[in-house]
Amino acid sequence: MARSMARSMARCVRRLLTVCAAVSALVSVTSAAWAGRLDEVKARGMLNCGANGEVPGFGLPDAQGNWTGLDVDFCRAVAAAIFNDPKKVKFVATTAKDRFTVLQSGDVDVLARNSTWTSSREAQFGLNATAVNYYDGQGFIVRKDTGIKSARELDGATICVQQGTTTELNLADYFRTNKMQLKSVTFLSLQEALGAYESGRCNAYTTDASGLYASRLKLAKPDDHVVLPEIISKEPLAPFVRQGDSQWFNVIRWTHFAMVIAEEDGITKANVDEMLKSQAPEVKRVLGVEGNFGQQLGLTNDWVYRIVKHVGNYGEIFDHDVGEGSPLKIKRGLNALWTKGGLQYAPPIR
Amino acid sequence: MANAPASTPEVPFLRDPRVRSVLWQALLILLLIAAAVGLFLLAAANLQRAHITSGFGFWNQPAGFDISQTLIDYSSSTSTYGRAFWVGLCNTLLVAAVGIVLATIVGFTIGIARLSTNWLVAHLAAGYVQLIRNVPLVLQLLFWYNAVLKALPNFGDSIHLPGGGYLNNRGLYLPAVDFGGGGDVVLAALGAAIAIMIALVVLARRGRIAAGLATALALAGLIGLPVGAALVSGAQVSFVFPQLSRFNVRGGLEMTPELVALLTGLVIYTGAFIAETVRAGLSAVQRGQVEAAQALGLSRLLTLRRVIIPQAMRVIIPPLTSQYLNLTKNSSLAVAIGYPDLVQIFTGTVLNQTGQAVEIVAVTMAVYLVISLTTSFVMNIYNARMALRER
Repeated sequence: MARSMARSMARCVRRLLTVCAAVSALVSVTSAAWAGRLDEVKARGMLNCGANGEVPGFGLPDAQGNWTGLDVDFCRAVAAAIFNDPKKVKFVATTAKDRFTVLQSGDVDVLARNSTWTSSREAQFGLNATAVNYYDGQGFIVRKDTGIKSARELDGATICVQQGTTTELNLADYFRTNKMQLKSVTFLSLQEALGAYESGRCNAYTTDASGLYASRLKLAKPDDHVVLPEIISKEPLAPFVRQGDSQWFNVIRWTHFAMVIAEEDGITKANVDEMLKSQAPEVKRVLGVEGNFGQQLGLTNDWVYRIVKHVGNYGEIFDHDVGEGSPLKIKRGLNALWTKGGLQYAPPIR
Repeated sequence: MANAPASTPEVPFLRDPRVRSVLWQALLILLLIAAAVGLFLLAAANLQRAHITSGFGFWNQPAGFDISQTLIDYSSSTSTYGRAFWVGLCNTLLVAAVGIVLATIVGFTIGIARLSTNWLVAHLAAGYVQLIRNVPLVLQLLFWYNAVLKALPNFGDSIHLPGGGYLNNRGLYLPAVDFGGGGDVVLAALGAAIAIMIALVVLARRGRIAAGLATALALAGLIGLPVGAALVSGAQVSFVFPQLSRFNVRGGLEMTPELVALLTGLVIYTGAFIAETVRAGLSAVQRGQVEAAQALGLSRLLTLRRVIIPQAMRVIIPPLTSQYLNLTKNSSLAVAIGYPDLVQIFTGTVLNQTGQAVEIVAVTMAVYLVISLTTSFVMNIYNARMALRER
């Protein structure tokens, strides 16, 4: 009896060891998946892009499922650089609340969803903002007939706000700083928050100024509403990636820089083929005629050519998605090139 | 195997079915624990590798965001994430408690109405149940929210209620009683009065004191104690009337449209399910019981109260418990209509600001588990008391 007991105990131990081995195998498989997001994307043949899905001008699918917007075009540019095909992107609509969790879990490769670059989103969330593709700031929209001319007049007002954004914090800060009384009503989705504002639940709706212009167009009578002049916060919007993969971080960051440089150098979607013949040394480097700067990034040397050819330079996508060529008609403002009084400034490719 | 009958051949220790079943179960439990520990370690390792902060360090950090309905003190400038958690929990408990009481009333009314001999009443009740049970709850909440917002006048056209209240699509505002700093004492006195009242009811039921005397004492205590406490503590009792300001009504008691819509939706939805439970329970009482009651000359109301419902309750209580649990859990849909419940505040804003999904979701799940287990514990005690006592 003792022997049979020992035998079956040995069997038990063997089985337990098998389980342990299985668990540790699982761990090592997961760690293998951490190496090289760029290689993973290439192998997959598709870029997974976390997008907005609710804000015109930044990320919104139309009735046919075609996505448009500044952030959408950013992901298309990344796909163009990697695959020479801007269509190889799968857009994943994320809410303000779940967007970072989706990126943290690795379900998307990059999060281009008008998200503000903050210290805690890098240090605490384990993410990195790559480059600012839109300089924004938070504002308010109110009904014209209230006669409100300034955000400073909003003492005691009820404000509708979308959940899970820096907006909630800026709002509380602004009212506290100016010793005003605040009543905020928080909603999960932009639609609900805007709907509640429109039905009179709130005196004002607040979000990033770019979003205000976009939201205003969604209201039944846009002309009855006015965006207040105050910008109460800095909102540098940037595409985010996970920490710990510098190669992938570089690809995302330099995709934005490449589009800005292309605008600086006057390389456009229309003239990019002619520009290949340019004698200017910088243009030669940028378009990959000279040097191997693309390969250094893990891409091909014609990566900027691909981006501009398929998607356009920064000025072109800005104009098409949010600027004069779009219903939003947002001025370049802070987003003009540094040479034209704006903040868009890219380090050189060399 | 010393106590095995001598006639059966000796079974080796490990072949004994009882020993084997214990061993297998122990092994299964070990495996489950190993899997849980494995998953925990895996999650911890992955979080660390992803440079995501973990732990509960965020709990005492300032929250910095505003909450539209707070039952306990909360300020966006000084309160912590931990405080925001308690605010959310209180808001959830408020909806759950009020919702359960109201849904029970609606459910019993409709359930009894379904069995009415009046054709119109019975069919109206049946129509209500069929309609409400078959439409997803979140749609109903959105419907009620928009209905409340659209039906009520804008702030500019606020309805002035008699007694100094206001009603508009920002909420219902009523005069509040202010105890001028003595509020805690008065609340404590009120609590004591309620405790005394319950004790008196129990004593009266057991026949220790006359019911009339108990009622008189309870009423006297209920009014006397808080008033006495207010006088003794020197609290300045005054009414705070809501005042119209430029944008809003200020002061007084406020009931937001989000709370009204959420309660309406939850009560009407859960009430439909409770109605079916009640109908099933009532139908389960044998026809002979009613006939016997009628033969004894009991009125219809008395038959219902004293004969049918006590027996029906035995069938009703277990499914009723799960409806209570459903209501509590469904209150988390509040997030869709802007009511600041636990899920909206904690797994919404706090999660988004701290990024600590694992900790926050785990805490929230644990909270709902505790609420649910407590509810079912209380209902089980009630069930045991109502159960058929066999003599």
